Amino acid sequence: MTNDLDAALALSRFGLGARDGSLAAIGSDPRGALRQEVTRRALAMPAGPELKSSRELMVDLYEFLKERKLERERKNEKATPQNAAGRPMPRREMMTGGQNTAAVNPGVAKMDNRPQLVFLAEVDARFNGTMREPTIGFPERLAMFWANHFAVAVSKGPGVRVTAGAFEREAIRPHLFGHFEDMLLAVETHPAMLAFLDNAQSIGPDSRAGTRSKRGLNENLAREIMELHTLGVDGGYSQRDVTSLARIITGWSIERGQKGPHGVPLGQPGTFVFNPNAHEPGAQSLLGVSYPDNGVQQGRAALRALAYHPSTAKHIALKVARHFVADSPSPALVARLADTFTRTRGDLSAVYLALIGSDEAWNPELVKMRSPLEYVVALLRASGEKPKPQQIAGTLHALGQPIWNPPGPNGFSDKVDAWASSEGLATRIDVANLIAAATPGSDDPRRFARGILGSLMSPQTDQAMARAANRKQALSLAYLSPEFQRR
Amino acid sequence: MSILTPRRTVLGATGALFSWAFMPRFAHAVGARDPRLVVIILRGALDGLTAVPPIGDPSYKGLREQIAFDFEGSNKALRLDNFFGLHPSMPNFARLYGAKQAAIVHASATAYRDRSHFDGQDVLESGFPKPGHTESGWLNRLLAGLPRGERVTRTAETRALAIGANAPLVIRGPAPVLGWAPPMLKQADPELPQRLADLYAHTDPLLSRVLAEGIQTGKIASGLDMKARGGPGDPNGMEQMATGAARLLAQPEGPRIAALAFDGWDTHAQELPRLSRLLGGLDVAIAAFEKEMGPAWKDTVVVAMTEFGRTAHVNGTQGTDHGTGTVMFLAGGAVRGGRVITNWPGLRPNQLRDGRDLAATTDARAVVKGITVDLLGASPAVLGRDVFPGSETVSPVRGLIV
Repeated sequence: MTNDLDAALALSRFGLGARDGSLAAIGSDPRGALRQEVTRRALAMPAGPELKSSRELMVDLYEFLKERKLERERKNEKATPQNAAGRPMPRREMMTGGQNTAAVNPGVAKMDNRPQLVFLAEVDARFNGTMREPTIGFPERLAMFWANHFAVAVSKGPGVRVTAGAFEREAIRPHLFGHFEDMLLAVETHPAMLAFLDNAQSIGPDSRAGTRSKRGLNENLAREIMELHTLGVDGGYSQRDVTSLARIITGWSIERGQKGPHGVPLGQPGTFVFNPNAHEPGAQSLLGVSYPDNGVQQGRAALRALAYHPSTAKHIALKVARHFVADSPSPALVARLADTFTRTRGDLSAVYLALIGSDEAWNPELVKMRSPLEYVVALLRASGEKPKPQQIAGTLHALGQPIWNPPGPNGFSDKVDAWASSEGLATRIDVANLIAAATPGSDDPRRFARGILGSLMSPQTDQAMARAANRKQALSLAYLSPEFQRR
Repeated sequence: MSILTPRRTVLGATGALFSWAFMPRFAHAVGARDPRLVVIILRGALDGLTAVPPIGDPSYKGLREQIAFDFEGSNKALRLDNFFGLHPSMPNFARLYGAKQAAIVHASATAYRDRSHFDGQDVLESGFPKPGHTESGWLNRLLAGLPRGERVTRTAETRALAIGANAPLVIRGPAPVLGWAPPMLKQADPELPQRLADLYAHTDPLLSRVLAEGIQTGKIASGLDMKARGGPGDPNGMEQMATGAARLLAQPEGPRIAALAFDGWDTHAQELPRLSRLLGGLDVAIAAFEKEMGPAWKDTVVVAMTEFGRTAHVNGTQGTDHGTGTVMFLAGGAVRGGRVITNWPGLRPNQLRDGRDLAATTDARAVVKGITVDLLGASPAVLGRDVFPGSETVSPVRGLIV
C-alpha cells in the first residue's frame, strides 16, 4: 500500500505524470526508481533538424534580419509609409501561442515566421519528444525548474525567441546533474541571457569603447544574477555591489561578426565573446572582496564566489523545496538541502537525492497545484494525445504560462495561489474537455483513471465518473479531479 | 443563482489580465455620485522622466542626452505647461489634460527605497511599507473598509468571485473579488461545471471556491464579444483589457472598482522606441475607458502607477536603470485635472537621490488616500491603519477630485 502511494507521488510530484502502465512499472520500488533517474542521469536531449546550436541559430537570425531589412527598404521605396510616428504598432513576437502570422502580409510572411518556426520546433521536440520518453521524468521536471529559475522571455525579441530552446539545451541540461557553478557560468555567458538582460550592450564607462562613445553601463543582468540567480533578494548585497558586478561583466557580449580591434572578429559569430575594448578597466570590489582586472576571468571569479555564497545555498534550497514539496517548506528541510549544497560545493545531484530522501517530500497530502505547464504535460502523457506545437503553445498561453515567456526575469510563480484561480480553472475545463473528446479508445474510463491516478484516486471521483452522462464527461471529470490537478 | 449557466467564450487568447471587486452601488459621504475607481499597475518601473519630461529643468538635457525631449525639434514632446512635456505617443491623455480631466503627479514614489522590481511591486500593490506582505492588496482592503449605505442591497450575492490567472496582488484578498480575462477555447460540456461543483464540494475546498467564482464570472463576462489580440505587455492587449473592464464597470449593477496590470516597462535599453509603444498602449487604454464608460466617465478616476522610477542619467544603452521617483497618471471625469502636481525636487547632482535617481517628494499613498477619501468616502483612519498600514502620518492629498 505504501508502495502504491509512493509510486503515484513519484509520478505526479516529481515526475511528468503517469501513463497507462507507469504505476506498475515502478510499483515494486518507486523511491528507488526515482533515485535511479538521478544517479543514471536519465535525461534525453531534444533533437530535430531545426534544433541547431545557438551559434548557428544566431547566424541564421542575423541573415534573416538583414534580408528583412532589405525587403523593407525595397517596399518603402515603392509605398508611402502608413504609420505615423508614435502610433503603437502590433509587434509580431508578442503574439505567442499558435496564432498563424502568415496571413498578415503574404510578401514577408515566410521570412517573418522564421524565429517562430524554430521556437515551435523546440516546443515540439519536448512536448512530443523528451517529455514522452521517461517512465517518471524527474530530470525533465528539473530541466523545467532550472529553465524557470534562470528565466529568459521570448517576448524580448527575435534574438531570445530563436535561442530560448538552445539556451535550455546548452546551458541548463548539460549541467542538470553537475555543479551549480557550471550551470551558472553557462547561463550567464549564453547569448540568450546576455540578450535578454541587456548585458551584450553594456559598456564600461572608462573602457576604450566607453570613452569613445556615449554608450555605457547597463546593470540589468548584474542585478538579476544576485537577486534571482544566486544570493536572493535578501542575500546581503547592496546597490554598490550591483554596480560593481555590472562593471566586472562589461565586455561579456555576443559576437555579431563585426571587426574587432585588430581587424578580425573576437570569436565565431553568434557566440559569447569577451570584448576587452568594452570591459571596464581596474579592480572591482564585490561583497567586500576585491577582484583584480584580469579580463574575462574577473567575471568568472566573481560568479564562482557567488555560486558558493551561503545565501545562494539557502536561496536554491528554498526554491527547490518550494517547487517540489510545499509553498512554505519546513525550515528543517530547507536547511538540510542548503547544508548538502554547501557541503558538496553545489553538487546538484546530491541536493536532489537529499530532497527525495526526506520524509517530508513524501507527504501523502497533495498540497501543491500542478502549474499549467505540469498540467498540460500530465494531460498529454495520460491521454497519449500529440497536438501540434502551436496548439500546445496556445493552450499554455491561455492558461497563463506561455512557454519561455514569463512576465519578468523572476520566471513564473511557484505558489499555489498563482495557479488556483477561477480563470485558470475555467481554461483547464476547456482544455480537459478537448483532450477528453479527442482521447481514443473504448476502455472503461474508471479503469483508465485508476491506471493514471492509482491509489490517489478518491472514492468521490470514482463515483462522479460512474454517474457521468457519457465517456467524454467521465474522462473530463478525471482530468479535472483534485488528485489530477494537485501533486 | 444557478451554477449551471454556461460560460460563453470567444476565440483568442491572453493570460488572465485583470480583476475587480464586485461592488453594488454604495451610498457614501460624497453625495449622490456613483463613483468608479480603476487602478492600473505598470509593472517594470516606468521612467517618469521620459513619460513626462521636465523640459524646463536646466539639468534635464545634460542627463538625458540623446533621449531628451524638447518642445521643438525632432524629439518633440506635447506641451503640458512651460516646464513639463508629455510623451508624444499620448495624444488622448493630452486631450483630456486640456479638458481638465487628466493630471500628472510627478516625483512620486511608494514607501519602497530599494531597487528590486519584485519587492517594489509587492510594496506598491500590498500597500505595506516593506516587502514580504503578499496575502492581500491595498485595493482589496480598501473595499473591506469602505462605508456601506442603505443602497448596498445585494451583499449576500457578492461573495468571493473570480481572480484571473495572474490577478494583480493589489486587488487580491478577503473582500469579494470578481475576475475576467479574455478566454480562448470552447466550453464543450455545459453540464460539467455542476458535476465538478459536486465533486469539489466533497473533496477540495480551494477548487470548490475557484470554480464557483469562475462560473459566476463567466456569466458576467458573457456579454462581451471581443477577440483577444495581445497580452498585458502589448498595446492591443491593453486596449482590449480596458474595453472589457470598462463595459463591466459601466453596468448599473456591475463592479465599481477595477485593477489591471500592464507589463513591460523595464526599459534598460532602447527606451524611446519601447516606451513609444507602451505609453501608446496606455493612452489607447485610457481612451477606451473614456469611450466605454459612457455617462459614468464623469464619476470615474483612472490611476496608473508603477513600482519605482529610473535613473536620471541615461545609461550606456539608451535606456535607464532602476531608480526612485516617477510619475502617476490620473484621468477621468472626476479628476480635477489640467495640472502637473509636484513639489519638484530638481535634477542637479546634489538634488538627485544617491546622486542617481529623481528624488521622491510626493508619497504615492498620499495621492491614493486623497482620491479614495474624496471620491469614495474612505476614512483616513482606516486608510492609515488597514489599507496602508503604518501610514498614519501620511496625510491624504486633498482637492484631486472635482
